[in-house]
Amino acid sequence: MPRTVSTQGRIGWTVAAWAIALLIFFPILYTVITSLKTEPEAIAGFNLIPSFTLENYVEVQTQRDYFRPFMNSVIIAVGSTVLGIVIAVPAAWSMAFSPTLRTKDVLMWMLSTKMMPAAAVLVPIYLIFRDFGLLDSRLGLTFMLMLINLPIVVWMLYTYFREIPGEILEAARMDGASLWGEIWHVLTPMAVPGIASTMLLNIILAWNEAFWTIRLTTTNAAPLTAFIASFSSPQGLFWAKLSAASTLAIAPILIMGWFSQRQLVRGLTFGAVK
Amino acid sequence: MGQITLKNVTKSFGATVIIPNINLEIEDGEFVVFVGPSGCGKSTLLRLIAGLEDTSGGTILIDGRDVTSEAPAKRKLAMVFQSYALYPHMTVAKNIGFPLKMAGESSDVIEKKVAEAARVLNLTNYLERRPGQLSGGQRQRVAIGRAIVRQPSAFLFDEPLSNLDAALRGTMRLEISELHNQLKTTMVYVTHDQIEAMTMADKIVVLNAGNIEQVGSPLDLYRSPQNLFVAGFIGSPRMNLMEGQLAAKHGAKTIGIRPEHLAVSTTSGEWKATVGVAEHLGSDTLLHVHSDGIGPLTVRAGGEIGVKHGDTIWVTPDVSKLHRFGPDGKALK
Repeated sequence: MPRTVSTQGRIGWTVAAWAIALLIFFPILYTVITSLKTEPEAIAGFNLIPSFTLENYVEVQTQRDYFRPFMNSVIIAVGSTVLGIVIAVPAAWSMAFSPTLRTKDVLMWMLSTKMMPAAAVLVPIYLIFRDFGLLDSRLGLTFMLMLINLPIVVWMLYTYFREIPGEILEAARMDGASLWGEIWHVLTPMAVPGIASTMLLNIILAWNEAFWTIRLTTTNAAPLTAFIASFSSPQGLFWAKLSAASTLAIAPILIMGWFSQRQLVRGLTFGAVK
Repeated sequence: MGQITLKNVTKSFGATVIIPNINLEIEDGEFVVFVGPSGCGKSTLLRLIAGLEDTSGGTILIDGRDVTSEAPAKRKLAMVFQSYALYPHMTVAKNIGFPLKMAGESSDVIEKKVAEAARVLNLTNYLERRPGQLSGGQRQRVAIGRAIVRQPSAFLFDEPLSNLDAALRGTMRLEISELHNQLKTTMVYVTHDQIEAMTMADKIVVLNAGNIEQVGSPLDLYRSPQNLFVAGFIGSPRMNLMEGQLAAKHGAKTIGIRPEHLAVSTTSGEWKATVGVAEHLGSDTLLHVHSDGIGPLTVRAGGEIGVKHGDTIWVTPDVSKLHRFGPDGKALK
């Protein structure tokens, strides 16, 4: 028998769903609203109606260089993602298609590194970066973010690869494909949806990463996260400008996420429903 | 050429022994069918020949060459999988041409050979489609096309028809037999369906628990099963097997008689029986009867017989067609 929901029930649920969605979205919305206020308005207290001024955006653009941190964010996010995928595809391939007795342990160990508080390794990492001359460099940060997200990338790819029937890879082997031929001609094209959503998620994670990006950079390699943080200056907080900078920082990733949401949702629920 | 020799081949997964020790000779051009119940090791044996599994011991020779530790691609074999294992992201043409591409053939040669394979398999109009847009039978033909373009020394089939419906299975069975007649290449075919085994094979290898029970032509196996397992496995409906006094009378532990070797009469005969179910197949009738002191029997009678549930009939075995088995399950001469 199909479940029946009364009209009142449906209205109730709809209102509740919208309320929760709005609650989750509210911080972002309020950031955008604040960015359209004047500084005195911004510190005046809670107010949902701004004066719609664009002066904060102009100031963020003119007083500080937005373009440089933006480019840093792009390079670091995309670079760490590509590098991560190149390393993770063979790793996930071997774990998915020729697992050993310890494969599950290796996967758990990789994930366990994500459970470690980042602050615990701040000093050693900082010293390593200093000694290798990687502080405030895009290369160093790209490498760092790749390593941070690698466990998640390997896990996600492992899950996708497990969905690919082993017989197809065996067929490729019978057809004369080498190991790389198998990965390049058969596995990768079949896993494109999975790889794409893994890349999207990784770009978002890398874009938003703030702990390491703020601590390992000063000016040259500082991405947008560090750019936002720089608005809390010794002269005091400039809420409106900070909000304008934040809006500019999250806008690209928000737009990208919006356009790829179908892919992302499909990717994140891959294999969950058959 | 396509002569395959297995010498003392063994396979275990950890402590589990799948194939204790197998010796087998497959002649060039033969159509050999591995048949046996689920889990008897027939697919594993095929995968060992293909090189998709490593042997735990023994040697595999193809045309006299030791290939035991060679990669699958080097063995010059082609395989058709149960799930077809087509590349879903490639068109039919690309699927069929893939082995040639991997072998480094020029695109002209690939195109020519793909077109030829497609012609043989009636796939010419489907070359630009993806596997997802094809029916089960067409997918199976693409899988076969992918196998034949390389001109392998032998074809391996792993239950290729089990995903098809009954009608299509019959057609594909004929097509594969036809292909064998055309190409005259060695074919090794795994199935659990003994009708496929009986109709297609030059030689049947009956496997049970990783051991070969008997090797022979279909009719050999049918007429003179060497043991109880083969007697019970080959033939549909199964051979009637009886133990006890009746068997002792014939100097055996167990005796067997095929359903068609029991004559039916409504008036007189050797064993009195009551009809349980009568399956009228048109050409003949299968009677599932129960005889006191003997037990359940299956009898194949003519299509015209008019008996029904509850009727009493008399059944007389053709003693010259009786199979006798000793206490070890082996056939007695």
